[in-house]
Amino acid sequence: MKRTGLLLAWVLIPVLLFAGCHGSRQTTEFKVPEAFDTSKPIELTFWAKNDTNKTQTKVYERAIAGFESLYPNVTVNLRLYTDYGRIYNDVITNIATRTTPNVCITYPDHIATYLTGSNVVVPLDALLDDARYGLGGSEVGFDAPSRAQMTPEFLEECRLGEHYYAVPYMRSTEACYINKTYVEKLGYTVPDVLTWDFVWKVSEAAAKKDGDGVFALNGQKVMIPFIYKSTDNMMIQMLRQKGAGYSTGDGEIEIFNDTTRELLYTVAEHAGTGAFSTFKISSYPANFLNAGQCVFAVDSTAGSTWMGSHAPLSDISADKFVEFETAVRPVPQFDPEDPQMISQGPSICIFNKDDPQVVLASWLFTQYLLTNDVQIAYAQTEGYVPVTQLARDSEVYQDYLSRAGEDNSTYYDVKIEATRLLLENTTHTFVTPVFSGSASLRDAAGQMIENVTKSVRRRQTVDDAYMDDLFDQMTSLYRLDQLSGENGNREDLGPLPAASKALLITLAAVWVLMGAGVIFRKRG
Amino acid sequence: MKKQFCVIAAVCALGCLAVPAMAEEKAEGVMTFEEYQAADLDTEVTVETYVQAKQSWWEDTATLYTQDEDGAYFIYNAACSEEDYEKLVEGQKIKVTGYKSEWAGEIEIVDATIEIEDGNFIAEAVDVTDLLGKDEIEEHMNQKVSFKGMTVEKAGQDDDGQDVAYLYNYDGSGADGDDLYFNVSLDGQTYTFTVESYLCDKDSDVYKAVKELAIGDKVDLEGFLYWYEGVNPHITAVTAAE
Repeated sequence: MKRTGLLLAWVLIPVLLFAGCHGSRQTTEFKVPEAFDTSKPIELTFWAKNDTNKTQTKVYERAIAGFESLYPNVTVNLRLYTDYGRIYNDVITNIATRTTPNVCITYPDHIATYLTGSNVVVPLDALLDDARYGLGGSEVGFDAPSRAQMTPEFLEECRLGEHYYAVPYMRSTEACYINKTYVEKLGYTVPDVLTWDFVWKVSEAAAKKDGDGVFALNGQKVMIPFIYKSTDNMMIQMLRQKGAGYSTGDGEIEIFNDTTRELLYTVAEHAGTGAFSTFKISSYPANFLNAGQCVFAVDSTAGSTWMGSHAPLSDISADKFVEFETAVRPVPQFDPEDPQMISQGPSICIFNKDDPQVVLASWLFTQYLLTNDVQIAYAQTEGYVPVTQLARDSEVYQDYLSRAGEDNSTYYDVKIEATRLLLENTTHTFVTPVFSGSASLRDAAGQMIENVTKSVRRRQTVDDAYMDDLFDQMTSLYRLDQLSGENGNREDLGPLPAASKALLITLAAVWVLMGAGVIFRKRG
Repeated sequence: MKKQFCVIAAVCALGCLAVPAMAEEKAEGVMTFEEYQAADLDTEVTVETYVQAKQSWWEDTATLYTQDEDGAYFIYNAACSEEDYEKLVEGQKIKVTGYKSEWAGEIEIVDATIEIEDGNFIAEAVDVTDLLGKDEIEEHMNQKVSFKGMTVEKAGQDDDGQDVAYLYNYDGSGADGDDLYFNVSLDGQTYTFTVESYLCDKDSDVYKAVKELAIGDKVDLEGFLYWYEGVNPHITAVTAAE
C-alpha cells in the first residue's frame, strides 16, 4: 500500500504561470454554441479519482457507457487516479502543453491554481443557466437535475470569485469512528457530540500501560488511542471552531497566530504521552481501529467502508480483527452547541478547448455525472452524499438509507451512519477560502501538527522558540509569503513587448523540460 | 524463462563490482546493524549502508532500499538532491542519519540526510522460502530475498467473471501502470506479493513478466522484503521455477 498524499506542485507551478502569461497562445473564451452537433465525432478525456475502490471504477465505466449510448458521436476516455495530488500535478504539467483533459475531478483549491492561466478552465455561469443545455435544459437528452435541485451549499463551494468554475460531484466530511466498547470499558459514555476535552481525556486513560509494557485497555503492546488521518483538516477545523484566523478570502495568511500555538501545544502534550498520532507517522487509522489498537479514528466519511469490526474493506488480515461496537460521530468540537465540520469531496471542472462543440460535449457529460443513477450508485460506494436534492429525495436513495445493517457490503451500517452524519449536518459544514496558493496553506496547516508530533516523540523541546521557528519554516517551505491572493482573477494588462515574450517563452520551455524530468524521475 | 531483474538505471554498468565488501570497521558515531536493531523508535540513528535499489525521487527526497553485510535499512523520503540521486547506483555506499521509525509495521529511517561515501556492496538475495508464515522472517525485513518454487494462485476475477493471476491495485481498481498484486502459494498457504510501480514501472521486465503469469505457474521470485501490516515483498524478478 502506498502512502498517498497531496504532493506539492510548486515546482511546476511556474510552468503554468508562464504558459498563461500575456502574449502566449491562448484558447478562445468559450461561448455556448447555438446547438450541439450530434453528427460530429468528439473524443473526450475524463480524469477521475477513485478511493482505490473497484466499485467506484465500475460506476465511472457505466456512466461513460450510458452517456455514449445517448450521444453516439461522443467517446469518453477514462483515466483513473487514486490521489488528488497527482491529478493536480498532471493538470499543471498539461496546461503548459495545452493537453489538459476535457473533464476532470478536482478540488476548488486546485482550480484556483489552474485559473492562473487565462481561459484554461471554463466558467460555468452561462452553461448552468442556459435554457437549452443548462442544468436540466430543454435540449439535454437525459434527466439532469435543475439548478434548483443542486444542494446550494455544495454548489456554492465551486464559486471562485464571481464565477462558478466547477460543479460538485460528491460530498463527504470527516467522522470520528469510535471503539465504543473500549470507551465504556474505561468508564465513559460516548456523547452525541464529542468534545476535544472528552477525546483527550479518554485517550490519556487508554494510553495507560501495565508493568510489562502492555496496554491495560486492550492487552496488546500497541495502542494509539487517537489517530487523525488528515491533519490539515484537523488544524483547519480546530481553528474554525475557535473562531481563529486561517486566511482571508483574498488570500491573506492568518494561520500563524496565538490560537494555532495553543492548539499545537495541546497536540504536543498528548503526542508526548502516546495518546495521539497521525496517519503520516503511524499508518491508516482504520488498521489500528479494527485491530483493537485505537479508540478514536478520524478519517473521511468516504473511508467508512474500512472502519469497524466487520468492515468490508481492510488492509489487515482477518486474524488481527477484534470484535467491538463502532460508534460514528462528527469530529470533536470546542462548542458542541455549534458544531462545525469541513465539507470536502470531489468536484468537476471543464477545461477549455478551441472547439466549443467539444466544450459543450464536456458539459453534457458533466451533467450526466449528476444524474440520479450515477449520483446514487457512486454515493453508495462509500460514505458520500449525493450533491443533488433530486437524488437525495429519490425513493431509491431513501430505501438505501433505510436498510442500514442489512449486510456488510452495500448496506454496511457504519458507512450509512457516516453518510447520515453529513446529511444531517450539511448546514454545519464549511470550506476554507480558495485562492491561488490555498492548497499550500492547507499543507502547512497539517504539517505543523505532523512536525510537533514528531518532535515530542523524539524528545525534542517544543517551546516558544520552537513555535517561532516552525512558523518561519512553514512560511518558507510553502512560499506563504509569496502568495498572490488574487483569488484566481486576472486583469488583462494587454500584450507584452516582444523581448519579454521571448524571455517568457524560453523560461517556460526550460520549466517544461525540468518538469518532465521530475515526472520521469518519480515514475522511473 | 530468462532471469529478469528490475533494477534502476546504470546498475548493469556496475554489475562487475558486485563483490561483497569486506566487513568494515564502523566509523565513530556510526551504528552497527545490531545497534540499529536495538535502537528505540523515534531515536536518531546513523548507519553506513549500500544502495540496493532506488524506489523514487520527488522534490529533493529519495526513497531507497539499502543493505549492508549484516542487515537492511529502508530509507524513506531522505533529503537528496537530484544530482546526488543520480550518483546512487546499485552498490553505492552511503551514510544515512535520520530517525528510526515504524509505519504500518515497516521499520525505516525517516527525515534523513545522506552522504555519499566510497565503497560498494551488492547483496545476494537470501532464500527465505522456508520462513514464510513464520515470525523469524521479520529478521530479514527490507533485505533482498528470494522465494523458490511458489505456485501462482488466483488474484481475483475480471469483469467477465474469469479468474485472473494479477490485479491492478489490491482490488483491481487500478489501471496499467499501477501497482500489480498477485498471489502465490506454498504448502497450502497463500501470500500476496506486489510489484511496486515506483520501484518497477510498467516498462520494467518484472512488471511485464507478472502480467504474463498464469494461474498454476511455478515460479521463483526475488525482491525486497517490505512490510505493510505483515510481509509485503516488493518483487523485482520472476522466473520459471527450476
